[in-house]
Amino acid sequence: MTRRGERRRREAWIGWALVAPSLALFGLVYLYPVAYSAYVSLLEWDLMGPARWVGLANYRELWSAEFREVITNTAQYSIGVVVLSQALGLALAVLLNNRTRLGALFQASIFSSYVVSWVAVSLLWIWLLDPQYGLVAYLLSLVGLPSVNWLGDHRIALWSLVLVTVWKSVGYPMVIYLAGLQAIPGDVYEAAALDGADGWRRFRHITWPLLTPTTLFLMVTLTIASFQGFDIVKIMTQGGPVTATMIYVYYIYEQAFQYFKLGKASAAVVVFFTLILALTAAQWWLFRRRVHYAA
Amino acid sequence: MTGRRLAVRGLTLVVLAAVALVEVFPYLWMLSTSLKDLPSVTQFPPTLVPAPPHWENYARAWQSGPFLRYALNNVVQTLGILVLQLFFGCLAAYAFAKLRFRGRDLCFLVVIACLIVPPQVRFVPLYMLFSHLGLLNTYASLIVPYAVSALGTFLIREAFMQVSDDIVDAARVDGAGVFTLIFRIMVPIARPTIIAFSLFSVVYHWNDFFWPLVMTTTDAVRTLPVGVAMLREEGTGARWHIIMAGSMFVVAPVLAVFVVAQRHIIRAFTFTSLK
Repeated sequence: MTRRGERRRREAWIGWALVAPSLALFGLVYLYPVAYSAYVSLLEWDLMGPARWVGLANYRELWSAEFREVITNTAQYSIGVVVLSQALGLALAVLLNNRTRLGALFQASIFSSYVVSWVAVSLLWIWLLDPQYGLVAYLLSLVGLPSVNWLGDHRIALWSLVLVTVWKSVGYPMVIYLAGLQAIPGDVYEAAALDGADGWRRFRHITWPLLTPTTLFLMVTLTIASFQGFDIVKIMTQGGPVTATMIYVYYIYEQAFQYFKLGKASAAVVVFFTLILALTAAQWWLFRRRVHYAA
Repeated sequence: MTGRRLAVRGLTLVVLAAVALVEVFPYLWMLSTSLKDLPSVTQFPPTLVPAPPHWENYARAWQSGPFLRYALNNVVQTLGILVLQLFFGCLAAYAFAKLRFRGRDLCFLVVIACLIVPPQVRFVPLYMLFSHLGLLNTYASLIVPYAVSALGTFLIREAFMQVSDDIVDAARVDGAGVFTLIFRIMVPIARPTIIAFSLFSVVYHWNDFFWPLVMTTTDAVRTLPVGVAMLREEGTGARWHIIMAGSMFVVAPVLAVFVVAQRHIIRAFTFTSLK
């Protein structure tokens, strides 16, 4: 009995010793930053001088016309990216869903951009979209269309970023949808074929409903990922023209590192994290409900 | 009926080929531009095949900054992060999967909670912390914030849980120490998961621009993505042949690995997110 108790104690010691380094690091580089952001969001601080307690003033300052524009821009960018890349990803997955050599080649070609650096992709697209010498301007001229100022026109710039993002990341929803499609058992379709359901009806009444979990999963993941967009803005537009492409993380970055308003930047971080928490909670809730329905 | 089927099949192929072309052609354009001279870069209409190819653009891009330094830094950062993530991840995953102790589940919950904290939430406070410690512009500021991965720990734990307790007990009876048990017995069995996570981590951190941008202001620790982005800020005019050549330094290694191991990489990205 004491031998067993001793063994248990030993196991607990080893367990704690193995977990401790990870926990310490998670505490330092994940949990501490969240708590510290919440604290700094109540200060006015430029990192040089002393910090001053201002209560919720940073949050009030955040609720400005400028910030509301950032929110609108971020929402437009996110919705654009999520809807387009998901629709396109689903279409491609359906077309690719029979394993052939050629299909594998297409799949790899389309996915490849997903693993390429955002820096390179952004630079490449500035060049492709160049209104004077760019390839896109040339292709438009071939069909008699005038050149478009993709990144310089404030009405278009944000949508140009959406298109580049979709171009880069459509491979991801594609492969996730493919995994979802391959999980649908073949006999479901055989039964439908016996009932005489054609291609579109089969998709509408069998494939699409059965893909609901995948669709929900992608919706949340892609929304969170697009909220985090930064590289493309930093390199392609720096938030401009004026503030047309100022999206959330770029705004935080500017407040912190251009204007050294660390309190305001931290308040924006707190709001950002709250949004991500809400989305994650929504995801859990949706999935729990799905499990209930299935059971 | 068969005629219609054939038409559908043909149309599918045409659509897929068109999309694949749109996705791949820009990289060919990148390559083409990187081999042109200035007059042909600004030539309108443009040409696809540079004649003759100007390979010296690559040398010029490489010499327009300390690119050897950037590349080495990129390797140190990427591999440093990977080694630490795997080491700490395997230790903790073993404890979570195979040991019983008070507080274990709470600790695991903490790890899961970290899964939802993105870098964009961490960079302002960690910048302030590293600045306070005088550690900006060091490898530590690039590596330590990513030294543990919640995703990695989670995935390795799942894989370790699949290892049967008989194997673990047998090894214990044979007198295997904890480290032997983890790295000689558990890790080889969990190899597919560890490879998938490693590919994911390496691709992510090799390409990462955001974190090095925030943490570095000197060339001594800058990485390739930051160095390449700076190419555009230097010089004037349409230097696109140089910028595209420089971009290749970041793109080529990843695409080369992708061509060789594309099935593994695609599976890695699907697997890491569907768990």
